[in-house]
Amino acid sequence: MNNVSRRRFLKITGAGASVAATAGVLGSLPGLRAAKGPVEKGIRTVPTFCDLCFWKCNAIATVKDGVLWKIEGNPEDPLSRGRLCPRGTGGVGAHFDTDRLRAPLLRASVRGEEKWTEVTWDEALGHVAEKMLKIKAEYGPEAVALFSHGIGGTFLKHTLKAFGSPNSAAPSYAQCRGPRDAGFELTFGEAIGSPERTDIQNARCLVLIGSHLGENMHNTQVQEFADAIGSGATIIVADPRFSIAASKAKHYLPIKPGTDIALLLAWMNVLVGEGLYDKEYVAAHGFGFEAFASEVLPFTPEWAYPETGIEPDVIRETAREMARHRPATLVHPGRHATWYGDDAQRGRAIALLNALLGSWGRKGGFYQPASMNVPAYPYPPYPKPARGKVDNPDHRYPFASEAITTGIREATITGKPYPVKGWVVYATNLIQALPNEAETIRAIQALDLLVVVDVVGSEIAGWADVVLPEATYLERYEELNVELFREPFVALRQPVVEPTADQKPNWWIARELAVKLGLGAFYPWKTIEEYLDHRLKGAGLSLAVLQKKGLVSAPRPPIYYEEGVPPQFATPSKKIEFYSVQLKDKGFDPVPRFKRPAAGPPGSFRLLFGRAPVHTFSRTQTNPVLAQAMSENEVWLNADEAERAGLRTGDRVRLRNQDGVLSNPIKLKATQAIRADCVYLVHGFGHTAKGLRRALGKGASDAQLVTRYETDPLMGGTGMNVNFVTLEREA
Amino acid sequence: MSPVFSEFVTTAHSPATDPRLHVWGYEIPVYLFLGGFTAGIMVLSGWALWRGRRNPRPHPTFSLASSGLFMLGLATISLGMLALFLDLGHKAYVWRLYLTMKPWSPMSWGSWILLLVYPVLAAAVLLEPPARLVRLIPSIGPLSQRLADDMRVRRALGFVSMVTGIGLGIYTGILLSALGARPLWSSGLLGPLFLASGLSSSAAFAHWASPEPEERRQMAWLDNLFLVIELALIGMLLIGLASSTEAHAEAARLVLGGPFTAVFWIGVVGLGIVLPLVIQSLAVTQRIIHTPIAPILVMLGGLALRFVIVYAGQYSHWPRLS
Amino acid sequence: MARLGMVIDTRRCVGCMDCVVACKTENQTPEGMNRDWITYATRGRYPRLSMTIQSERCNHCDNPPCVSCCPTGASHVHEWGGFVLVTKEECIGCKACLASCPYDARYLHPDGYADKCTFCIHRVEKGQDPACVSVCPTRCMHFGDLDDPESEVSRLLASRKHHAVLPEAGTKPRIFYLE
Repeated sequence: MNNVSRRRFLKITGAGASVAATAGVLGSLPGLRAAKGPVEKGIRTVPTFCDLCFWKCNAIATVKDGVLWKIEGNPEDPLSRGRLCPRGTGGVGAHFDTDRLRAPLLRASVRGEEKWTEVTWDEALGHVAEKMLKIKAEYGPEAVALFSHGIGGTFLKHTLKAFGSPNSAAPSYAQCRGPRDAGFELTFGEAIGSPERTDIQNARCLVLIGSHLGENMHNTQVQEFADAIGSGATIIVADPRFSIAASKAKHYLPIKPGTDIALLLAWMNVLVGEGLYDKEYVAAHGFGFEAFASEVLPFTPEWAYPETGIEPDVIRETAREMARHRPATLVHPGRHATWYGDDAQRGRAIALLNALLGSWGRKGGFYQPASMNVPAYPYPPYPKPARGKVDNPDHRYPFASEAITTGIREATITGKPYPVKGWVVYATNLIQALPNEAETIRAIQALDLLVVVDVVGSEIAGWADVVLPEATYLERYEELNVELFREPFVALRQPVVEPTADQKPNWWIARELAVKLGLGAFYPWKTIEEYLDHRLKGAGLSLAVLQKKGLVSAPRPPIYYEEGVPPQFATPSKKIEFYSVQLKDKGFDPVPRFKRPAAGPPGSFRLLFGRAPVHTFSRTQTNPVLAQAMSENEVWLNADEAERAGLRTGDRVRLRNQDGVLSNPIKLKATQAIRADCVYLVHGFGHTAKGLRRALGKGASDAQLVTRYETDPLMGGTGMNVNFVTLEREA
Repeated sequence: MSPVFSEFVTTAHSPATDPRLHVWGYEIPVYLFLGGFTAGIMVLSGWALWRGRRNPRPHPTFSLASSGLFMLGLATISLGMLALFLDLGHKAYVWRLYLTMKPWSPMSWGSWILLLVYPVLAAAVLLEPPARLVRLIPSIGPLSQRLADDMRVRRALGFVSMVTGIGLGIYTGILLSALGARPLWSSGLLGPLFLASGLSSSAAFAHWASPEPEERRQMAWLDNLFLVIELALIGMLLIGLASSTEAHAEAARLVLGGPFTAVFWIGVVGLGIVLPLVIQSLAVTQRIIHTPIAPILVMLGGLALRFVIVYAGQYSHWPRLS
Repeated sequence: MARLGMVIDTRRCVGCMDCVVACKTENQTPEGMNRDWITYATRGRYPRLSMTIQSERCNHCDNPPCVSCCPTGASHVHEWGGFVLVTKEECIGCKACLASCPYDARYLHPDGYADKCTFCIHRVEKGQDPACVSVCPTRCMHFGDLDDPESEVSRLLASRKHHAVLPEAGTKPRIFYLE
């Protein structure tokens, strides 16, 4: 064979391979050819933004001969800089997932049995509206609450507000970011937000407390983390597990779980005691520094050592290292912060440490993000709810700045301060998201109506009365993403391919429901395109421009104090509150104090959980592309402990928690990369929903084992790292 | 508890290579055995031809000098090639083998040698065709008579048969030893070992099936020689591997304490070589009568040798923890 | 004559598997089979540990045993660039190449032929990088001409300590990992 003919063969192979291959794994899944109607030919690219997690990276989807081929990052995107994370890259799988919900479902037997009747949208939404109106008549519209996660909940929030309910919550507050936002609000007057306003790429020293960037795959954070590593920044990691981030660290601190506040206090003690903090910054912007300094005086490294297990000279050395690089020293606030119930104070301790280092508002620390001005759609005013929110009666959690999901749940169970009789749940698997599954089920059983809107039939959908299938992000328009970031931009999500069955976008569901509820006046726009174009025109843009480009950026404004941003703090003292009078007034520690976490039963291990870079919570395990990358989780056990117990990597075990709850079987990973007193697994597996066929029975669920939780008295966050397990070998 | 812990995790789980290579199943050891057996027949009978031996009986038998063994060879090589064909993943393209000759690919050599084996065997059969064949194609009768009477033809054919047989017997070993990624096969002795085993299996068969008593005794003696050579080659193979790099030593350990130890020493060496050696030695020195037991053990042992080498070889690999 | 290869910075790599997922969608590899994979090597005893993460694939070796053992020539070196490729219409599925690769980089496609990483030649021909290199969010992967001393890959190799996988196998791999 001469070279020319071989090359010709290769070209034929290449073309043949792609046609055959698109008919291969993904395309051959039955009945899932994306295009309906005449089959298109050729390559078509469509800009949109990703929905595999909540980062909303801008992406460009490619369709080849009418079949969705691949998704890549939009090079103009400040978030992804043209490169998506593995979940975004695997987003095609969301479209081809054979476990997707296909049509509206009505419960056909008792709750939780997962027996359904397929109905039309008209029937389903009619049923929902009927029940909602019944609840409104009997209990008031406030008795219907919305749980939603992500930008897709926007229109449902609108409908619920139009309905007259003030009750709307996302688990991302009380089960995730809430405590750190509260801690930063109490100190600097502002929350951290998402995407975090962390200037990682310019940090000269990055401190991660339990944050496992690299496994936690928030795209921009990981990209900047790699930049920091590449530029030689000092990485300090405190984590009971030797994470990927820990493997990049100059200093790895094998901290005892639950003792981070002690470490933070000791660091602050060293900085103050040795005069290493940013004196000018503190003098210019601080309030109550002297009182704070005397509060941290007793918390020496020697005091912290027996609590944390970190040697005093390591604490000193790392504190001095942090000071050496200030103000470009970033003590990362983390993201999922609901650990032990004192998490808001831990968030505050991290804020205070940053304040001492002078990193807030400075380059390499925390910048001031900006957003474009895209006016909202002019809706009629919402009706004023007759009663206030139900989740935090009497502000029992005085520093909660967002609604508390578990508060709504509690009200649903107790009927106090008033009954909640209907839940609308959008894109959040409450069974795995909220702690203590038994309480969630008890709440559900007290409801007259549970509606779940989702893409796959997750565990929460299994308990619903009505399940409404949503089209994936690749098949729908969405509310505009007006991002708050270093570079402000507005982004469009638009359909790339047709839905695979009778799935509908969230805006359609919300509008149709509103119409059936008699609230059509709140949806004055005829088409979603009209809505989007109206908003964009208000910003001097248009839908046509966004459809072509995907996003439009504004020039980067000043973001650091060094660039002229005026230091402003929305605190009572209008300064950085080293000492918090408002905390003291409410009976809390004005400066964080350490409380030793309760130990578990002897012979048990503390249950810790975290993230994998190829999955998002419990929502991607049926994505065929991502499931191939990781099909099940493993439980990490210290290798010496495993040897003692006669267990080896690959053995199947079950975890039993302190309340006797037994997990599904899970593979063991005997590793040196974790402390001997805890076990770790990736959250989101151990699915029990029958509709999740690809994920059913794979791995174990940490959420199932979180039967106990510690509620943060400041803001209602639910600390979940307080459960202990023993391991039983699976026969 | 070891002083320094090492943990190696990979996300690679392709079915053919996870956890270890397993691309070849029973088809390949079966082919290797049948190929080796055929090679042995070609060498032994070829030698007989070359030495001018003639079949004293009126019809083909399983004597070295007769065409019966060559006919059996046609059957065994065909079965072997069927096994090879069954193993292929892309069967419709098998003819691609015969559009090219790749000098660095022992498999390419093998595909052509296999092609050559047929005409050689067929020509040898032609020297003493079975009656049924002559009835079918009468012109064969006089042709074969002319060829069989020509000493030069007999000697030439015998020589070609020996050479082809040696090639057939050795190349299968070279084919495996060329795959350096599997350290167990990484020895120049694999070719001679497979040839010796093939010679041994075919000698064993002739010992069992030849109608000439003196020849049976001769074949038992020859088989013993081949068995001893085989033992020696196995010993040298293992010593060579064990004294080479860590990867090779680890491969040798697969049969020296590892998962293949029992089947190798009991099946291949014990039952397949040593026991028949003892039995046949006793038979040769006329302390006991000749029975089929030893030849059957030898042949089963030869098959077992191929299975162990192919399976253990795929299990062996270059370690990754450095 | 261009000799294309990869240089991967293990310091930046976090083992997120984006390269694996991107290859899968770009090349539509069969279910359960991947052309690239990640290895994590952890050493030490808690808490004094180190971890090396590597994104691996076919090394498109300079001395490829998979090419020499192929009886039909289906496995061959491309006329430019040094890509090691398989012409599937010439492959008989004998799997000698799978057995010959010390990196276990090949798999048998369900249709019966041997398959593996192609360095995304269909992208390289258009002036793009392979999909894995283009997607990597930590930008730890680099692709280019190892024979060009001015190329990024050559300059990286000249300036930083690096190694290849199993150099002792003698295959002369063309993927290097910066330490």
